[in-house]
Amino acid sequence: MFSKLKLVWLVAGRELRDQFRDWRVLAPMLILTLCFPFLMNEFARQTVDFLNQYNANLILERLVPFSIMIIGFFPITVSLIVALESFVGEKERGTIEPMLSAPLDDWQLYFGKLLVGVATPLIASYVSIGLYLFMASRQNLAMPPAPVMVQLFLLTTAHAFLMVSAAIVISVQSTSVKAANLLASFIVIPVAILMQGEAVMLFWGNEQVLWLAVAGVMIIALLLIRVGLAHFQREYLLGREIDVINLRWMWKTFWLNFRGGANSVGGWYRNVLGSAFRRILPAMFFMVVIAGVSIWMGYDWINQNVAETIAKASPGDLELVKERVGDLPDLAEIRDSISAPFLFLNNTRAVAIIFLAGLVSFSVLGILLYMVNIGLIGGIFALLQLLGIQPWPIFLTGVAPHGIFEIPALMIGSAVVLYIGASLVTPQTGKSMGEVVLELMADWAKIFIGLVVPLLAIAALIEAYITPGLLLNVLSL
Amino acid sequence: MIETEDLSKQFHDFMAVDGVNLSVQSGQILALLGQNGAGKTTTVRMLTALLQPSRGWARVAGYDVVKNGHDVRASVGVLTEQHGLYMRMTANEYLDYFGQVYSLSPSARRTRSNNLLEYFGLAEAAHRRIGEYSKGMRQKLALARAMMHDPGVLLLDEPTSAMDPESARLVRDEIARLKSTSRTIVICSHNLTEVEVLADKIAIIYRGRILLQGTLDELKSQVLGAPEYEVKFSEAWDSAGFEMPDGVDLLSQTPTSLKVRVKRPEESNPQILNMLSSKSASVMAFQEEARTLEQVYLKVMTEARGQEHVQ
Repeated sequence: MFSKLKLVWLVAGRELRDQFRDWRVLAPMLILTLCFPFLMNEFARQTVDFLNQYNANLILERLVPFSIMIIGFFPITVSLIVALESFVGEKERGTIEPMLSAPLDDWQLYFGKLLVGVATPLIASYVSIGLYLFMASRQNLAMPPAPVMVQLFLLTTAHAFLMVSAAIVISVQSTSVKAANLLASFIVIPVAILMQGEAVMLFWGNEQVLWLAVAGVMIIALLLIRVGLAHFQREYLLGREIDVINLRWMWKTFWLNFRGGANSVGGWYRNVLGSAFRRILPAMFFMVVIAGVSIWMGYDWINQNVAETIAKASPGDLELVKERVGDLPDLAEIRDSISAPFLFLNNTRAVAIIFLAGLVSFSVLGILLYMVNIGLIGGIFALLQLLGIQPWPIFLTGVAPHGIFEIPALMIGSAVVLYIGASLVTPQTGKSMGEVVLELMADWAKIFIGLVVPLLAIAALIEAYITPGLLLNVLSL
Repeated sequence: MIETEDLSKQFHDFMAVDGVNLSVQSGQILALLGQNGAGKTTTVRMLTALLQPSRGWARVAGYDVVKNGHDVRASVGVLTEQHGLYMRMTANEYLDYFGQVYSLSPSARRTRSNNLLEYFGLAEAAHRRIGEYSKGMRQKLALARAMMHDPGVLLLDEPTSAMDPESARLVRDEIARLKSTSRTIVICSHNLTEVEVLADKIAIIYRGRILLQGTLDELKSQVLGAPEYEVKFSEAWDSAGFEMPDGVDLLSQTPTSLKVRVKRPEESNPQILNMLSSKSASVMAFQEEARTLEQVYLKVMTEARGQEHVQ
């Protein structure tokens, strides 16, 4: 094993040496790494002076951690160029073929490139952060506590892994350095948005959630590495394809998979949709388990966090809440404001959002959204119990009638997302990544159109025309 | 040793290599000839386990290119179309790096690298950055890289294309030496003179298919027919009563020369000379008409294009 790992280091070492011999790579990295902390420090000094006029202590306290996060991020974005051109750059320079012809395994080549891709931005980030901390300490700015400091370093590392692993996937799949650089915006922009969310958590002061962010980013980074390895094909790297979007081919591939050779709707349901559904059955099993866990988590969270609030509430307030729960508006009013098409579109949108979130995160975000949706059931159940209202009659009349269609639709819709994520990180011999994605999209479309949409339509009709009546009967008892 | 059967590669709708059958033994050199885009590089890439065949199979150095890709790559030395040199490295660093990739010991790396650099006349430039090298020097270094691990099989794409005549000669000599040490060598080349000198077998590939394969003599007789000979006399000669032996066709005749096509030269040529001598003909020269590989290649290509046109 050691001799195999030695080859990983050999690939990385050569690349690293090559970088340090190129002043065009080195100069911008050095300038940014060394100058940006000074700029940030000056910005922090000005901000402190300004905020001191208004006694904005919370912002002052969080200024250094926030600055650390920003300082760590910038050198990564610039050093990303190293990872972005790791494979496609060698392809363009014609140096890839001797490497691919050598007795190196795919994973050795891949991890060699990944190692150098991560090492360079991380070194730059750590140096920048260190420099800034040194300057901040001389200005008597409030230093973050040790756990936050650890979180910030882990977050910076997680960002580097996430961005670099995504950059290497792009580098393997791109046909030119130009295309890879353009695609880099698909890494930088989402990570910048993610950082905004993390900054909100930082200012909000919820450190526990930040740990979740570290874990989430690392999981997605690991999945990206897996995707890169699964779709690493020497053949593709030697291809001479040019960057042309072949819409006709894309549509043909999608349609062939979607139609699956069926000649009638009945045949399509029996054979094509049937086989697609059988493929997602293992994922369905997981979704059922996840649903159980989510319901329990929702139930537990409400009991942990809301029970105390309710216990502290005055009897008058509690009575008011109970009255409002019982005092449902007029049935006709509900039918007017929450119509079947509205419910259908709302639920369809939710499943589509789960799909999109899952697609960009190898199912991680999609499953999280699914957990939140399902977890609400447990949460509401617990809330009703805490308020002293019998939950079962409400659930059997207010959720179950349409829920027996809506919840399976949500489960099936989310199971496809899990299936897509798992398929993306699984090697598919003889297929390009584009082909794999199109086939998976076709699978999703089959299940969405053939199963999810009809189930949601039935659920919407029941929820609009049957559920309110049943619920009103129970509440009026 | 290289063996392939029905070796084919399809890229989407394009058949790059179609049903190639090859057999190259140890100590043999096979030359793959063909236009640019004929499928030579794709064939070589399949033999290096870089591309997976769409159909058929290939065994290189005893390993299956699909099942044992790693072993195939470890046993093969490849000179690629693009030399693939790292411009910021020195020649010493470059060869040492690939020596490590091929798991050579430090002493073996040093010895191999020094010997190769010395042989190819690069020893003095060994500490210079490759970016400063001339085109020919780069090609020699790429060749040195392909030979660094002393592979049993060498796949060389245009091994002398960018070299001056002296360097090209040096490379040809080295290839001939490697052949004599039982290496299996495949050369892709447009330099037909070089192929004539080096190759034991020649395969002409056109649009992914092997049109013709064999030794140079086999190819010549297959494509150009039986060999032709010219006899020159120092004085005008009376040919009255002279009859050609069986298997010899008279093509042209002047008082001081004869041109004949001989089906079995080893049998007929001594007979012709004996008969001419008995007729007291003053033979000044008896020589085979020069028939080059170029003639074979051009004729094959013209016919292939013609057939394609008809189809």
